[in-house]
Amino acid sequence: MIPLVKLLEAALFASPRPIPVDELRALAPEASPAEIASSLDELREHYDVDGHGVELAEIGGGWQILTRAEYTEAIERAQLAARPQRLSAAALETLAIIAYRQPIGRTEVEEIRGVAVGSILKSLQERALIDVVGRAEGLGRPLLYGTTSLFLEQFALRHLEELPRADELAIALRPAPQPL
Amino acid sequence: MTDAASAPAAGGEPAVETDDAPAPAFVAVAPAEAPEDVPADVPGSFVVDLPAYAGPLDLLLSLIRDEKVDIYDIPIARIAKQFLLRIRVLQLNDAAEYLELAARLLRIKAQLLLPRHGEAETWEDPRAELVRRLLEYQQMREVVDILERRGDERRSRFARAYLPESSDVSLAPLALSLGELLTAVDRILRVTREPTVHTVVARTLDVAGAIAMVRAIITQRRVARWSDFVARDAEPWQILSMLLALLEMAKLGELRLAQPRPFSSVEIEHDTPGEAA
Repeated sequence: MIPLVKLLEAALFASPRPIPVDELRALAPEASPAEIASSLDELREHYDVDGHGVELAEIGGGWQILTRAEYTEAIERAQLAARPQRLSAAALETLAIIAYRQPIGRTEVEEIRGVAVGSILKSLQERALIDVVGRAEGLGRPLLYGTTSLFLEQFALRHLEELPRADELAIALRPAPQPL
Repeated sequence: MTDAASAPAAGGEPAVETDDAPAPAFVAVAPAEAPEDVPADVPGSFVVDLPAYAGPLDLLLSLIRDEKVDIYDIPIARIAKQFLLRIRVLQLNDAAEYLELAARLLRIKAQLLLPRHGEAETWEDPRAELVRRLLEYQQMREVVDILERRGDERRSRFARAYLPESSDVSLAPLALSLGELLTAVDRILRVTREPTVHTVVARTLDVAGAIAMVRAIITQRRVARWSDFVARDAEPWQILSMLLALLEMAKLGELRLAQPRPFSSVEIEHDTPGEAA
């Protein structure tokens, strides 16, 4: 490996969060963007081809070293690390609406979901998946919510545009394979 | 994708039924479904395994799916009846939102039963708004599926430095003899006054005053102690004011608080200005 690849590997190893490309660039100012990109490719290939237990993933607008999925169970069984808790269906619904309609107020989310979402918004905010991004102009200047970079990270998204556009979704009802 | 594109258009004007008699269509539906529903009407025989519906729209959608009806031509009477049957087993705190939708269904049914006069073009299907909401909700559910899949994918891989929530890092056992503990208690008791029971008079704390006092003392000496700031006969409000003042100043970087050994007196130092903030 050339020194630049090793430097990037060390930085990625040291960081608990995905490192955005421009921060990687700051790490090696003399390297061109193309060199950084090709070094990242080389590192990823190195992990994939040489058979490593970790892989390089592009997530949440940055790069991150992650363990390979096939070892997760063993790691968890040995209690070395624990998977974060899954979100409830209600929380996921709320999150999905915010992801697509952001910035969006509480009332609009409730209109789509048909239920009150106050406490869910609070817990999503505590988990740093959403945040207040502004206030609407209307009566009472209600808070507007949007998703955070941690949201992208926890759903393995490079950016929001990676979610299908609303017109790409098959909105027609599909028959359920197994009736209740 | 062509299906998806044409679907909303159909949702806007779903009046596909024959113009002359829409109401009888529903009347006809009701008897037809009756035989199926007989066991459901017997109290106690209606067992629903509620897979935790995320809300009334979720329940309504799954009903539409189970009953295999066209979302653009919902037999409101039948669906409303099923809906009410199912919410019977829901917990009360959830029920308000479900009941609201149930009421809406019944209103739509009533509107459908009203006779229509003449100009059929201006008539809008009372179900249109519901269909729009259902489709919007269904679309969001699709996104939920995507998010769930991706979230699971990500959760199955660990990042570096991920700390499990319950850290098992045990602190070293506290090395403390009974004598030391008693001395500490004794010291506190000597500084504070004998507690007497009396009527409580609210005293406002004077943190600002205490801060001024700390500043005055700390400029004169390099290291100060708690006892330098609080007189032996200090009132509780004075002790509290001083404590808050010290903590506040330490937070602002004006002071440095240090305790060389457990139970030794805290050393209060003027923080070097360069390190502030």
